Amino acid sequence: MVQRYDAVVVGAGGAGLMAALQLAGKGNVAVLSKLYPTRSHTGAAQGGIGAALGNLEEDHWEWHMFDTIKGSDYLADQDAVEVLCREAIETVYDLEHWGLPFSRTAEGKIAQRPFGGHTKEFGKAPVRRSCYAADRTGHMILQTCYQQCIKHDVHFYNEYHVLDLLVEQGRCGGVVALCLATGEIYTFQSKAVLFATGGCGKMFHVSSNAHSLTGDGMAVVYRRGIPLEDMEFFQFHPTGIYKMGILLSEAARGEGAILRNKLGERFMERYAPTLLDLAPRDMVSRAIYREIREGRGIDGKNYVYLDMTHLGKEVLDKKLPDITDFVRTYLGIEPLTQPVPVQPTAHYAMGGIPTDIEGRVVIDEKNTPLPGLYAAGEVACVSVHGANRLGTNSLVDILVFGRRSGRHALKFIQENDWVPLPARADELARALVSQVLNSTGKERAADIRDTLQDEMMEKASVFRDAQGLAALREKLRELRDRYRHVKSEDHGVCYNTELQEVLELGCLLDLAEVLVESAWARQESRGGHYREDFPKRDDAHWLKHTLAYQSPRGIELKFKPVVITKFQPTERKY
Amino acid sequence: MQVTLKIKRFNPEKDKDAWWGEYKIDAEPTDRLLDALNHVKWYLDGTLTFRRSCAHGVCGSDAMQINGSNALACKLLLKSLGQTITIEPLRGYRVIKDLLVDMDAFLAKYRSVKPYFITQGPDPEKERLQSPEDREKFDDTTKCILCGACTSGCPSFWADGDYLGPAAIVNAHRFLFDSRDEGGEQRMEVLNTLEGVWRCRTIFNCVEACPRDINVTRAIGEVKKALLYRKV
Repeated sequence: MVQRYDAVVVGAGGAGLMAALQLAGKGNVAVLSKLYPTRSHTGAAQGGIGAALGNLEEDHWEWHMFDTIKGSDYLADQDAVEVLCREAIETVYDLEHWGLPFSRTAEGKIAQRPFGGHTKEFGKAPVRRSCYAADRTGHMILQTCYQQCIKHDVHFYNEYHVLDLLVEQGRCGGVVALCLATGEIYTFQSKAVLFATGGCGKMFHVSSNAHSLTGDGMAVVYRRGIPLEDMEFFQFHPTGIYKMGILLSEAARGEGAILRNKLGERFMERYAPTLLDLAPRDMVSRAIYREIREGRGIDGKNYVYLDMTHLGKEVLDKKLPDITDFVRTYLGIEPLTQPVPVQPTAHYAMGGIPTDIEGRVVIDEKNTPLPGLYAAGEVACVSVHGANRLGTNSLVDILVFGRRSGRHALKFIQENDWVPLPARADELARALVSQVLNSTGKERAADIRDTLQDEMMEKASVFRDAQGLAALREKLRELRDRYRHVKSEDHGVCYNTELQEVLELGCLLDLAEVLVESAWARQESRGGHYREDFPKRDDAHWLKHTLAYQSPRGIELKFKPVVITKFQPTERKY
Repeated sequence: MQVTLKIKRFNPEKDKDAWWGEYKIDAEPTDRLLDALNHVKWYLDGTLTFRRSCAHGVCGSDAMQINGSNALACKLLLKSLGQTITIEPLRGYRVIKDLLVDMDAFLAKYRSVKPYFITQGPDPEKERLQSPEDREKFDDTTKCILCGACTSGCPSFWADGDYLGPAAIVNAHRFLFDSRDEGGEQRMEVLNTLEGVWRCRTIFNCVEACPRDINVTRAIGEVKKALLYRKV
């Protein structure tokens, strides 16, 4: 079955919906989601969207730009960061014009609060830059964007799982997707395709990510010979609920919450004297891991405390209601009177599908675009976050680049025609599916996934070294072999979610291999990538982006330079 | 601890009628019910089908009947559910497979109340101002995640499938009581009907079911009052 559209957006979170809104009514566009749009993980984002509105104190986008670049450990492309920070301001006003119910100041303006790594005057002191709606900013953004899509009659294909990207004559041809409801495979012929499929946190055992975040978009594009950029940089958010990984927003620390070890000490005083608990996430996560290693975890175990007991009922009820609820529901703890057990949780992929600042996917070190192919949001690597992302910058990223890529795609579809597709364009997709359904293997997908997640957590999370990564490479090869013999019990066509999970596991395995290969090659520490055997940042050799290509000889790595405009790299201290 | 899950199963490709599957598993008291369902799917019966995503109560995917009441599977801990747990799909919607129901009718009702910001005139350069007091008036109803627990658990909806339902009304409330929105009249047309707010019998099942602790019945009451007095 072949459907024809001018543009197809894959993924219906903030980036996908924003892109769709640029195209709605102006071109024939379809949005494919493997969920329903409001189930997308944008809705889980809590803390806020960073923009230099200056509603409570003086602020400038140049300061935001500096903070983002320093926060990225100088790996972010500065031209892209400038776009991000400049356009953040109008983006937030646009959201408000669409009705987003921001929390308000006494004067009735959009309320802003401090957040990790955000400073005034190029690092002097924390600044209130995070625009928030209680601690459900992501929920409000997702709802508001979806509401606008309803208003503008955007066409959705819900519960369609993308299996393959079609590239013909070096141009984007469309995608092939599995309709979960019927098991039928659809070919979507399209002039432009925009991937906004989010991250891949489910590679790790403890993650803040939804079950659906298995990196499908990254894997699908990678399998067509397009490189993935900076995959070694994965962010571990310092405050996930112990064992469960559920996110407790940095906003808590923005409102004054303090991290304490078993001695009750505010240990961040030793690691980041200026920003303390609001230092960038990679630094806080490493600090927590170090405290635990040195025996100062609570009860000697592998967690520390997030202390909100001094914040008062007013703050918890009005500014942090959702995370207060999480703590009460999942831990049975009362945050008003008891400290909360937290540990770092796999949270965000800084790397992904490489794009330029228009959101066009670029396929080599010279940034050659593949005509018609776009990516935006967490799935993409522009790169605005470099080696580490600041809090509140993801919500900005998805909307700014969702909009830019949508606008560029609109121009593209107006100026270009479809690429003819071969007769059996869906061949690869059908093979993927039948391989699983016809498997006579005995391996349970869950067993392979459990091992993958445990090994990645142990050897490729906050601290890495050559030995661990080498062992992990071997392990991944073994898992890859076992994956070939995965059994599936469900052979039906209607909502075969078991088939879906097996396909998703295949994506995770591909991406884990890329992450490990990239991490093993990068012999330095920068941002979220920390090598115990190479603990220093090495700009002379490593101030560059990694590009990982799938090839018959294994994974090939190439590199491309970082774009530096306004801020020369210096030591990152807080 | 050992728990027994009694799950209502139905495979449209094989079954004429629904049947009960029973699964005994070892679990921790602090595990979520969703964890238990995943355990069954991953290690015992791969055909068990249900929707899920965020696993912490914000996406609304896994609303279902648990021991007779609607809830999100990821927000209930096993220790609160007893040794034998009965799990069925949401009531009032066509069961497609196992615990997965057809949500399209539910979403169509949501769309019918024009759940998007409506203003006349041009946008200001910066934000429209709104006092914290005004913001508070509709805070509760901004929380809706469209999980379906309320509408599916409403006896008025069971009796009359054309009833707009609590969720749609909550989402209309969110705009009606937003001091910046100017689309009140348009929405009143849909709400001020027999199948609109007037089908509500103040039964309160919606309040019990809502995983976001929205006071749904109060919101519906506020909309009724606004309709009666033609002011918000």
